[in-house]
Amino acid sequence: MHGRVKLKSTAQQEEEKKKEREKKLKIYVATRDACFSKRKESICDDEALQLTQQLLSSNPDFATLWNYRREILMHLETVKDEDEIQKVYISELSFLESCLKVNPKSYGSWHHRGWVSARLPRPDWARELSLCDRCLSLDDRNFHCWDYRRMVVKMSGVPVDQELAFTDRLIGSNFSNYSSWHYRSTLLPLLHPESPEPPSPCREPPHSSLPPSPQTHSHRVCEEQLLKEYELVQNAFFTDPNDQSAWFYYRWLLGRAEREEMISCVYVSREEERVAVAFSRPVNAQSVGLLLVLDGQPQRVEWTSVHPRFKHSPVWICALPPGTISDITNEHNLTVHWTEKHTHRDCALYTGRSESWCRDSATDQELFRSELSVEKTSVLQSELQSCNQLQELEPLNKWCLLTIILLMRALDPLGYEKETLAHFQTLKEVDSMRCAYYSDLCSKFMIENTILKMEYAEVRVFSISDKNLTTLCHLDQLLLVTHINLSSNQLQRLPPQFAMLQCLEVLEADNNSIESLEGVYHLPKLEEVLLKNNKISTLADLQPLASCPRLKRLDLRGNPVTQTANIESELAELLPSVTDLLL
Amino acid sequence: MLGLDSFNIDSVVIHTISIFFSGVCLQSPCSLLFEPVTLQPCLPSEFDVVILGTGLAESVVAAAFSRVGQRVLHVDRRSYYAANWASFTFNGLLTWIQQHHEESQPEEAQDWSSLLEEGEELIYLSNSKSESDSISNVQVFSFTSEEEEEEEAPSPDPPSIAEEQTGGAEEDAVKENSETESADSKEDDTKEKSEATADGDDEEQASQTEGEEPEADQPTTSAAQSQSEPIKKKISYPQLLKEGRRFNIDLVSKLMYSRGSLVDLLIKSNVSRYAEFKNVTRILTYRHGKVQQVPCSRADVFASRQLSVVEKRKLMRFLTSCMEETEEQQAYNGRPYLEFLCDQQLGDNLQDFLLHSIAMVTEDTPTEEGLTSTRHFLRCLGRYGNTPFLFPVYGLGEIPQCFCRMCAVFGGIYCLRHSVNCLVMDKETNRCKAVIDSRGQRISCSHFVVEEGYVGADRKQMATPTRSLSRAVLITDGSILPSDSDQQVSMVTVPPIAAGCPAVKMVELCSSTMTCMPGTYLVHLTCQSVGSAYEDLSPVVTRMFHTPESHDQENCPSVLWCLYFNMADGSGLEAEGHNLPSNVYMCSGPDGGLGHEHAIKQAESIFQKILPEEDFCPPAPNPEDIIYDGDNTSSAMGGEEEEKEETEDKQEKEEKEDKQEEKEETEDKQEEEEKDGAGEMEKEEEQTLQTEE
Repeated sequence: MHGRVKLKSTAQQEEEKKKEREKKLKIYVATRDACFSKRKESICDDEALQLTQQLLSSNPDFATLWNYRREILMHLETVKDEDEIQKVYISELSFLESCLKVNPKSYGSWHHRGWVSARLPRPDWARELSLCDRCLSLDDRNFHCWDYRRMVVKMSGVPVDQELAFTDRLIGSNFSNYSSWHYRSTLLPLLHPESPEPPSPCREPPHSSLPPSPQTHSHRVCEEQLLKEYELVQNAFFTDPNDQSAWFYYRWLLGRAEREEMISCVYVSREEERVAVAFSRPVNAQSVGLLLVLDGQPQRVEWTSVHPRFKHSPVWICALPPGTISDITNEHNLTVHWTEKHTHRDCALYTGRSESWCRDSATDQELFRSELSVEKTSVLQSELQSCNQLQELEPLNKWCLLTIILLMRALDPLGYEKETLAHFQTLKEVDSMRCAYYSDLCSKFMIENTILKMEYAEVRVFSISDKNLTTLCHLDQLLLVTHINLSSNQLQRLPPQFAMLQCLEVLEADNNSIESLEGVYHLPKLEEVLLKNNKISTLADLQPLASCPRLKRLDLRGNPVTQTANIESELAELLPSVTDLLL
Repeated sequence: MLGLDSFNIDSVVIHTISIFFSGVCLQSPCSLLFEPVTLQPCLPSEFDVVILGTGLAESVVAAAFSRVGQRVLHVDRRSYYAANWASFTFNGLLTWIQQHHEESQPEEAQDWSSLLEEGEELIYLSNSKSESDSISNVQVFSFTSEEEEEEEAPSPDPPSIAEEQTGGAEEDAVKENSETESADSKEDDTKEKSEATADGDDEEQASQTEGEEPEADQPTTSAAQSQSEPIKKKISYPQLLKEGRRFNIDLVSKLMYSRGSLVDLLIKSNVSRYAEFKNVTRILTYRHGKVQQVPCSRADVFASRQLSVVEKRKLMRFLTSCMEETEEQQAYNGRPYLEFLCDQQLGDNLQDFLLHSIAMVTEDTPTEEGLTSTRHFLRCLGRYGNTPFLFPVYGLGEIPQCFCRMCAVFGGIYCLRHSVNCLVMDKETNRCKAVIDSRGQRISCSHFVVEEGYVGADRKQMATPTRSLSRAVLITDGSILPSDSDQQVSMVTVPPIAAGCPAVKMVELCSSTMTCMPGTYLVHLTCQSVGSAYEDLSPVVTRMFHTPESHDQENCPSVLWCLYFNMADGSGLEAEGHNLPSNVYMCSGPDGGLGHEHAIKQAESIFQKILPEEDFCPPAPNPEDIIYDGDNTSSAMGGEEEEKEETEDKQEKEEKEDKQEEKEETEDKQEEEEKDGAGEMEKEEEQTLQTEE
């Protein structure tokens, strides 16, 4: 049609663009080569500075060139006076700004900026701060910028409350931002530290012999501020319950008590002439300076973990020199020192006793409350209420369900057991991708509850049958258990940690899907193993049992391995101590 | 922005455009009131499309035709662009008001039949204002002091007197004081009127009829003001006049839905590069006598202090769930939206928010309609900011001018103060063959597009009863909801304040939108007329602002000046059934909707009727992709088209100049649209970075 503006055809445009690109590439390659050859000859002149600038301004992610540039700048520092250096670095900063415009998430540029800012003779931190704020207003999740900003704040000593107000602003404009929530979590303990006086006992501890609960942690926040934070974060998750950043912050708020590091249990057995020690966390006993004193005499002993797989383990054992405690008419006093932590635990082996132990009633509530704790029950209770309210509105929200479970655990793990199980069931349905995770978590909680029940009953029998367990945990708490019943669960293996059950005599694990017995390893007192209806398929799977010297009774009915030819004779060879074999 | 009065003929076009594009006056349409240039009647005698009226729809049509190579003549009888869509400076608006008070001179009927050929007849268009005037009931009130501003802080005496007003003696003193003041002001008044502008007699009459005691009014106001805010310096009327250029007061009050058809068109056609936009920063509503912020985005809901967490959840859930059509919703088809909202277990305040501020419908609007507008609102959220709306910097009057500019860049010819007197119709084909312009030139055209105001009532089909809009424009001294920032752009929905009253849409603009002077706010109120604009809107104004008629409103912003008028509702024009030749198309004036959908739809449908095969406003090409005649590459054109090449040459020069100017003036204004709202900030950043460097 007439009158129209004539346009170049796309082919023409392409051609022109191609030519342009080729020209650019040529220049780029030539400059790059020039730079490299200069660096080889370690020339640090202004020309090199200029060449690198040319390249970096089009490609700010060229790390080698940044390094070269730093070499040049460091060289310049040696030949120029302070004012000149200041000028050089100032122009470096403005050059960096142009690089950041090319790529606001360039590692190289941000790192270099940090380097320059730190070396600048007279830094202008206020300007740097406003640069960060501008970048974050464009992209509030630019973590490079967050990083740099933290450095700037640190160097310039921005007041903490000002920074907190900054996070307020960012969260206000978009609360789906881990960086701001996280930053907040680092600021709050500085601004509103938890009051230093020991918290009053908020719950009646079941055992009065408890040491004061381990709550002296610098990263806690005072309660008044906590309540405000709860309100803020609740606004976030009520507004968008599917946004995980708020939920994670909430979990942080609800507290994560760190348990005191200590020796939680010392067990001594006269017969085996050995000592087992349990710690509150996995340690490497060979390197933490563990000292065993027997009747005032330090002993040279070798500590071994319960399973060769573990370099770190919460349970360590050592054999005493033969004959030291074997006489049943003697009384012995044993002390284990954990020199690194300035803590120790005594244990007396009285006359006529074949074994002895000393420990806290380890199953006090703190033990498993580490996920969420510390807060006063009333606060947790009201948090649970508001979560329940949200759950009513959003019955299928997984974050809400999970948080309710955690709150219930913190409040009354046994009392809420039924609800907890129901919520887990819903969780598995609404978030089927994480079904196995929930099953494992549920198993963990069930085991915790069973340990609590066992402790209240003051028995050494651990029975948790028919609870859909998929995994075993907290086995370090079962050091003293003599009888364990894991029947009718969904266990697939007895993991190496199982070897922590040093006192175990009877293992019942019928009706599971156990394939591996890896953890039934060097259990000195184990006599009976009941594995009816499991999935043990080869003789090799039974190999670990050979390390248990007292094994007498073994039930393998309903396992594939029973179909193996010559099974009886093979077993007799493998496990000569077994006298009562059921196939 | 288009400071140009008119550019009429070929030779002049390039010249004037170059002046225009070299950026003489990009700020505001302040020079709309140039003295008329002596025009030479030598327009080309043939066009593809002649367009009469520069309203939004006409301007879009003009740009669309010009862009695809049609020869466009675009004329307007007025001295300014954009007809009823125009923006005025304060002084410009006063002139406009005056014009609407004047008696219209009877049109001298001229006989153009000498220009007719065999088988043709004339259709006269209406060019007299009174006949076609879509504006009525214009009323103006000024509550400012007429005194010159004092440079120093107000003297301590008058406020202290005012504070002790309870005592009888003092009261007298005040009265005395006020009387002298009013006398002074009256003097000033008359001077002002004769000198400057438009405060015609009508205005005084109006204020006298409305206010009980007009003389006492002003001083009382000022006393009350000084009582409430003794420190704040009040803005006087002479100041308004002096700073009048800073105002860009729109005749229509609309907002651009960020996913509405206007924004889409601006982006698609690259016309967006001719303007800048600001986000509306908050949505407010008026409930229980209080102005409240409506939480509509996720961030708003999160930050809202008026909602409980449970309400937050309910609101968010409703907002997410209503985006999808469900059977549950369909069950409510035909039943009121309010009923649907009720049944969603949303509390009273949430229902109000959703009905009045988000869906912006009335209580008896059917559910399906309510949901559609709710969805539209929500879809527009978050594209450029936390509200669904954009507002063009320098006012809405910019938008039609941007399209005119696009048309001019592609060769359209513009004449203001130039009209078409009559159409030449071929009796046999019932088609318009040519038009006769106001200078008696016969110009042939294949199509004619006309603003409805030019068409006599006997020839057009209007919806009955006639619809009209009530408008009020206020200049106030403060925001109706003060916040940390004094630069908020607020959309305010005011539900009917009593049964039978209309729902009012209100837009409060701050000075950074370049529509009012610093220290003031420009407030637009719009509703469907029930009575006159004053009857419809003054109750709302009285309740929400401090005026002499209001009581106990000391904490509200004071109205400095206000204007009421009624405007015909453009949506009253029927699409079909007009008594016009088949190739004549009518565009309506502004409608009452908040967005621009009506006008854009109208423009697109006209374009498609005429050129069904063509793309509507395709993107303007990049300057570097245009083949200029100087280029060796352009050999495609044959020699037979010399004449046309010449015109093209001109167009291209324009284009070049256009681009150049753009580089100089607006460098990075471009593509602001595409950058998802960050555009503005980014630009700011770049500028600051540059200055820092």
